[in-house]
Amino acid sequence: MKLDSRLEYGLYAALLAIAVAFPFLASNEYQVYVMALAFIWAIAAMGLNIIVGYTGQLNLAHAGFMAIGAYTVGLLTVDYGVPFWIAFLLAGPLAALLGFLGGLLSLRLKTHFFSIFTLCVGYIIYLLIEKWDTLTHGTVGVIGIPAPSPIGPFTFDNTRSVYFLVLAFLVLAIFVKRRIVRSLVGRSFVAIRNSDELAEALGINLMRTKVLAFTLSTFYAGLAGGLFAGFVRFLGPDLAREYHTFDMVAFVLVGGIGTLMGPVLGAIALTWITQSLQFLETYRMIVFGPLLILLVMFWPNGIIGTYTRWQARRRESGGAASAAKRKSKELHDEARANV
Amino acid sequence: MNIFFQQVLNGLTLGSVYSLVALGLTLVYGILHIPNFAHGAFYMVGAYISFYLAGSFGLNFWLAMLCSAAAVAVLAMLSERLIFHPLRNAPALHDMIAAIGLLLFLEAVVQAIWGADFHRLPAPYTQILRFADLTAPAQRILIIVAAFILMIGLQIFLRRTTTGSTIVAMAQNREGAALVGIDPVKVSLLTFAISGALAAVAATLFAPINLIFPAMGHLVILKAFVIIILGGMGSIPGAIVGGMIIGFAEAFGAFYISPAYKDIIAFALLVIILSLRPQGLFPSEVR
Repeated sequence: MKLDSRLEYGLYAALLAIAVAFPFLASNEYQVYVMALAFIWAIAAMGLNIIVGYTGQLNLAHAGFMAIGAYTVGLLTVDYGVPFWIAFLLAGPLAALLGFLGGLLSLRLKTHFFSIFTLCVGYIIYLLIEKWDTLTHGTVGVIGIPAPSPIGPFTFDNTRSVYFLVLAFLVLAIFVKRRIVRSLVGRSFVAIRNSDELAEALGINLMRTKVLAFTLSTFYAGLAGGLFAGFVRFLGPDLAREYHTFDMVAFVLVGGIGTLMGPVLGAIALTWITQSLQFLETYRMIVFGPLLILLVMFWPNGIIGTYTRWQARRRESGGAASAAKRKSKELHDEARANV
Repeated sequence: MNIFFQQVLNGLTLGSVYSLVALGLTLVYGILHIPNFAHGAFYMVGAYISFYLAGSFGLNFWLAMLCSAAAVAVLAMLSERLIFHPLRNAPALHDMIAAIGLLLFLEAVVQAIWGADFHRLPAPYTQILRFADLTAPAQRILIIVAAFILMIGLQIFLRRTTTGSTIVAMAQNREGAALVGIDPVKVSLLTFAISGALAAVAATLFAPINLIFPAMGHLVILKAFVIIILGGMGSIPGAIVGGMIIGFAEAFGAFYISPAYKDIIAFALLVIILSLRPQGLFPSEVR
């Protein structure tokens, strides 16, 4: 057990070292830009994983909440002259507040009723952003969002510096999520995923726990949205569209549903796959769609899930082998004693 | 009076189209037990095939519709065989994601062939019918009549024929149906074929007064989801009644409330109804 956790920390440290070194190894600024964008999606996908992967409720409004976070920053800074960091601090809580209200309504429904309901909630968010143009600029979008203002000696005026800012938030997000999923609350999420009735029999308050998971997941979405606004610095209503949610579901699934690092690896892997399919331009979905289908058919546990299963099987067969050895030794001893 | 009549006509037209799409969705729900997100893509492909046959080959409207229905039925059966059947024992989440993959694929294929531009199918009947001081475009009457004939035909097929009853039996109890000798493979294929054909017919009927573009299925399928939740998943009368409710709400809402927000009305209605009654308007036993 001790060795395992040391191995885990070593792995985290190695990943972090690679992430820190990446901008210096990348051959051009565009690659750094793509990676930072992948990190932002990873933060949002980690939030989605809390409700979909751990709690087992397929929420399809996630992109809507991400858009709420993004528009909070975009509109406050552009239209109301609020400093970036104050607007940014409001992005997560506002998305979480609306997520709390949305969760109260939608979580009364179960399974695919919940999924369809949240799909509709996401669509309402999108249509509101698109039609309510006096508040949101409608289809024109929010243009000229300021870059994050400097904190002490750190300025965020080029891609590389914002990359490190995003990376810092990603690390923070992973750390907090690790604390959450390993806590009693995180375990009650998993209990609900496994069985509503069983969880209730264990004394878990279903509604309160589910709403908590939903609120946490929308907080992550809002935070990612705030970063998105500060990084891309242009927003359109399309950010709330359902296909962004579908993308994030794919990230979670590819990386490993219900695992800590799964969404992060999935977001990075799929972003680069889509980038390498860029030569197909708008037709890349011709490859991506079937890829998604093949993935759920033949590789449903994702990168991390497949790895941990393989490890568990190895440990099990190793354990079985040693148990067999012990058994034969016992028999041997018994036979000797009888003689 | 005439204005009010126009809204009723609009409501009936929209309601007929939505009902046909929702019927296909609700039938497939009986087999898959998950909402088929790719159904909107079937609808879209149906519209494009009719547009292609009627536009490029100058085929008769009805013939184009028939060919399109057959083609989409085959497409739906293929997707059942290749995607949903192999995934029948997987968690529901996986079916839904596979359906999303299919949706993305079909949209990309259509866009690769016909581009992202808007198209319009020429209306087969452009006359305007008049009774007293009321006027009605022939195309709208056509949609309503055709949809109603189809719905009644489907109802007779499901209730009065043996083949139709096997579909109902499968939806009610899969194991029970298999025990009395119903072949689940055949019934699944048949259900997917009917559902695809219904989507293609609905799309073709609606195409002359609507635009054809790769993302045209999104809104329609979302509304069909709203309808089958309201009407009770798997319920056929529920799909028809739900379709009409949404159609009328949209027609009257667009006129009396705001045309810009007309697409929100269906979703807002769902949110309000489910907030007050989480079990839906017509609760079904399967939930």
